[in-house]
Amino acid sequence: MLTVVVFLPLLACAVLLPVRRRLHDRAYSWAWIATSAADLALVIVLWAGLDAGGGLQYEQRARWIPGAGVSYHVGVDGLSLPLVALTCLLFLAVAVYSLRERRRIRSYVCLFLFLQTVCLGLFVALDLILFFVFFDLSIVGMFFVIAGWGHGEQGRAAALKFFLYTFIGSLALLLGFIGLYLAAFPHTFDMVELARADPLAGRGTYAALVLLAIGAGLAVKTPTVPFHTWLPPAHTDAPAAGSAILAGVLLKMGTYGFVRIAMPLLPAGWRAHALVFIVVGVVSVVYGALVALAQTNFKRMIAYTSVNHMGYVILAVGAAGVLAGTDVQARSLAVTGAVTQMVSHGLLTGALFLLTGALHDRGGTYEMDAYSGLASPTPKLAAATAVAAFASLGIPGFSGFVAEFQVFTGSLASQAVATAIALTGIVITAALFLRALRRMFLGPVRLPPAVGGEFRDLAATESFSIVPLLGLSLLIGIAPRFLLDVIEPAGRTLVELVAR
Amino acid sequence: MSALAWALIVTPLGAGALLGLTGHRFERRVPGLGVAAAVVTLGLAVVAAVMRPEASSPLFAGIRAGLEVDGLSAVLVVTVAAVTLAVLAFSAGELGRGGNGGRFFGLMLVFAGAMLVTVTATTLPLLLMGWEVMGAASWALIGFWWHEPARVRAADTAFLTTRTADLGLYLAAGAALAGGVGSLSLDALPGAASPWLHLVGAGVVLAALGKSAQLPFSFWLSRAMEGPSPVSALLHSATMVAAGAYLLLRLEPLLVATGWAGPFVAWAGAITALALGLVAVAQSDLKQLLAASTAAQIGFMVLAAGSGAVVGGALHLVAHAATKAGLFLAAGAWLTALGTKQLPALRGAARTYPVVGAAFTAGALALAGLPPLSLWVTKDEVLAAAIERGPGLYAIGLVAAAVSALYSVKALWYVWRALPANASDAYDREKQGTRRISPAMAPPLLVLSFAAATLGVFGLPGPSAWLRAAAGGADEPAPRLWEPALSAGVALAAAGLAWWRGDRAVPVPAGSRRWLGLEQAAYALVARPVTALARLLAVFDDRVVDGAVRQVARGGVAAARLARRADDGGIDAAVRAVAIAARRLGRRARRPQTGLLHQYYAQVAIGFAVLLLLVLVLR
Repeated sequence: MLTVVVFLPLLACAVLLPVRRRLHDRAYSWAWIATSAADLALVIVLWAGLDAGGGLQYEQRARWIPGAGVSYHVGVDGLSLPLVALTCLLFLAVAVYSLRERRRIRSYVCLFLFLQTVCLGLFVALDLILFFVFFDLSIVGMFFVIAGWGHGEQGRAAALKFFLYTFIGSLALLLGFIGLYLAAFPHTFDMVELARADPLAGRGTYAALVLLAIGAGLAVKTPTVPFHTWLPPAHTDAPAAGSAILAGVLLKMGTYGFVRIAMPLLPAGWRAHALVFIVVGVVSVVYGALVALAQTNFKRMIAYTSVNHMGYVILAVGAAGVLAGTDVQARSLAVTGAVTQMVSHGLLTGALFLLTGALHDRGGTYEMDAYSGLASPTPKLAAATAVAAFASLGIPGFSGFVAEFQVFTGSLASQAVATAIALTGIVITAALFLRALRRMFLGPVRLPPAVGGEFRDLAATESFSIVPLLGLSLLIGIAPRFLLDVIEPAGRTLVELVAR
Repeated sequence: MSALAWALIVTPLGAGALLGLTGHRFERRVPGLGVAAAVVTLGLAVVAAVMRPEASSPLFAGIRAGLEVDGLSAVLVVTVAAVTLAVLAFSAGELGRGGNGGRFFGLMLVFAGAMLVTVTATTLPLLLMGWEVMGAASWALIGFWWHEPARVRAADTAFLTTRTADLGLYLAAGAALAGGVGSLSLDALPGAASPWLHLVGAGVVLAALGKSAQLPFSFWLSRAMEGPSPVSALLHSATMVAAGAYLLLRLEPLLVATGWAGPFVAWAGAITALALGLVAVAQSDLKQLLAASTAAQIGFMVLAAGSGAVVGGALHLVAHAATKAGLFLAAGAWLTALGTKQLPALRGAARTYPVVGAAFTAGALALAGLPPLSLWVTKDEVLAAAIERGPGLYAIGLVAAAVSALYSVKALWYVWRALPANASDAYDREKQGTRRISPAMAPPLLVLSFAAATLGVFGLPGPSAWLRAAAGGADEPAPRLWEPALSAGVALAAAGLAWWRGDRAVPVPAGSRRWLGLEQAAYALVARPVTALARLLAVFDDRVVDGAVRQVARGGVAAARLARRADDGGIDAAVRAVAIAARRLGRRARRPQTGLLHQYYAQVAIGFAVLLLLVLVLR
């Protein structure tokens, strides 16, 4: 079942690709939408059948490279299923949004279908090498998206930077994986077996080096300060759909790696060096927010808020590694908040990037100063952006608050100073979003000179792709239990694994 | 029962969201629907105040979202719902909203609904949710006329200031959990373990002072005047600023438990009551005067919370809500009709529009603390507790009461002047006046001013005892007989002074007119340094962090070039040298191969000769 979910998009791609120029462009898009919708439906079935307290489920295992201890091992639990669902939903939203795309639609659709398989595969992988393969393939897929459909020459440069930077990160990750493999007897890459055996218990320096390699690899992907500078150009020059997937799904690969690999597989190392992650998290929060505040380019600003939002996740997972002065409730609140933040950020930043795409389609620029008073000609665009902005700055009633409240409340007990510093991030974020709304959407109307007479409001395809994301964020914000019921038991299990 | 509790908050929030999103499709029916929603909410609030429902549902691990209408909440929910209804009914009568009724009524209902969540929540997360949604709604309402950048900037200032203070509640939640209050229930907060208890207390106090526009946060309230008058009427009375006072009243046991927070809060409230009262005296813009007076009056509630007078503070809150809502609506009515809110321009306004004038007069006299009106009574309830904490607090409170008479009567003096012959020259400076008051505006105004005048009955022994029993403050000190008499005397004297001075300004400390320069200070000390730091970091990010990455990349390319040179000039050159040498050798080896036999014989002969020689020599 899980394998079907993962490979369904690739299968669709394989069916579509050989069909040579017989289909209308729209047919490809609709095929993509149908595939994503079917995949989402399957995930909902999985969700309905999940026993939240039952650990890993829907497991499948097949021999792959037995000589090297590598197998095809997949399964989901409360940490990964929300991300799997998020991936399916975001790809569906992007598929609907892409009904407007006109350039080389066949390869575009296939590339995104391929990316969807890769992303889903990563979140269900229970073997380090399988994880690594998907991790790397995601870089390859996104490289072509940015280079092929991004903004011209700059786009290709950004794609190259993105590829090289994150690829180096993935090599560090591989090094760490090999370190884990060598430490385990019998040698294996299987995450479940490694978590059970805890091969690095009591091996201080070796464990620290492995954690360093894995942590650095994941930090590049997340990204955290100071490994974040590939993100702004990649986002700014990627097409809207690519940005939405990059921010919404690909960034989560880094943070997911922390909760799936770094914490349960290296518990002692994690506890010993939790402070490093806490500091990196807090710096990312404040630094990301401040640098975002200084941006004049709307899309670049949102890219930097991703650094800020991912900082909360890192702070929370770091705090979950500190046992002194905390109880299980605080630590599992922190972990649950971190996973909720991943989902929340995926929904909101996905929506924000699609909205910036809509803006760019109309005005041809992301510069905030080029616009003013857009709420007059485009009330729907303005309303959707305002809702997304407020949700993103953590107003209760939306998912961001549910995530951040848990992160702060869970982290404060052990890290009062760090958490207090991180708290200022939510005021700075509020300031930058309000300023952006004021500059671009409110006040007297002024449009970029390049725009002809017409500045249309959101089209149906844009609304249908963006509004559901915001709606789901609202649902999580008002009635979070359906999500937290899934995350909490897994979060508690993780907390226990770290504490052993 | 629990359905009632949920219905009480879902009705305004749901109706508000629906109206806000879909109101533009049926613009004409929006005011009616909005008022209907407010009527239903008021009905639910009254029923809830009687039935005292409670409800809860799981929210986070070990933390529930709880609602309960207890004594204090009962008073608050009815006040909030009643003032909301009055304000919305007034707004329905006010013309010229320019086709944005859906947005206006929707946001107002959400705003009031969030306040209802705040005052009924029994756990910190739910309270914080209501608290912050209220802040966001206030942003949208203050910036309602978003075409004008100054108004939006004012909304930004208000939201950012209150949100900065809101961090206190996040801090308090985390500290409570760390202190062993896993449920984050408000009742349990005083039981948090030290030192976390003090952090909880500090966070709560910070958030409350910010929301209630107490010193040093008061400036946002001045900017909040940029919103429509009905927004001010609601924001300054039963919601938003009242929320901070409510929080302190609700968590009075926490203030006591910390030891220091009670006196701190009491002094903060008393000083705000005095300082912002002086600010109000210095204003010449009617709405600014009322805004400063709000902060000052809330100061009395904060003083009450710090002195342990929960019922007294709540009474003052209710009476002030009715009074101030009526005053702002009256000011709004004049602004709509005459196009100005400057006091000198409003000379004679009460004579031109007597109904509004009467309502304004009742409200202003109550605000002045003149007997037998409501705020005279409730203020003494507060001061009776303050005197127990020390004569200093009482004295400041009494002076602040005199100041409130100064500014209230100052405003009254202007609007009751004889109408100048050239009055209309000063009109329409701020917007185009309509020169009429809609008949629909009168009922809400009169109801509010009637309440402002009469709510003092709760100070009488009978009703007072009943309210104390209902709200759970039976052991609070009641004023002794001389206290109301003294405060009445002080208020009357101050009122007389203000009337006698008329438009000759009462001397007040410098800076009062500019709200003590608080906003400039906030910009200079916080906003500008943060912005500058942000710019600096952005440059640092581009030049240093990303610069390092680019340097590494450049280093990689340079190393590659070096390697190419080594490769081309070193290794490959060696290979080529070998090849060239081999070729050269080959060429040499070819030269003897002439194909002429005699030369081969000669070569062979030489070869043998050499061999022979070698053999002979080496032997």
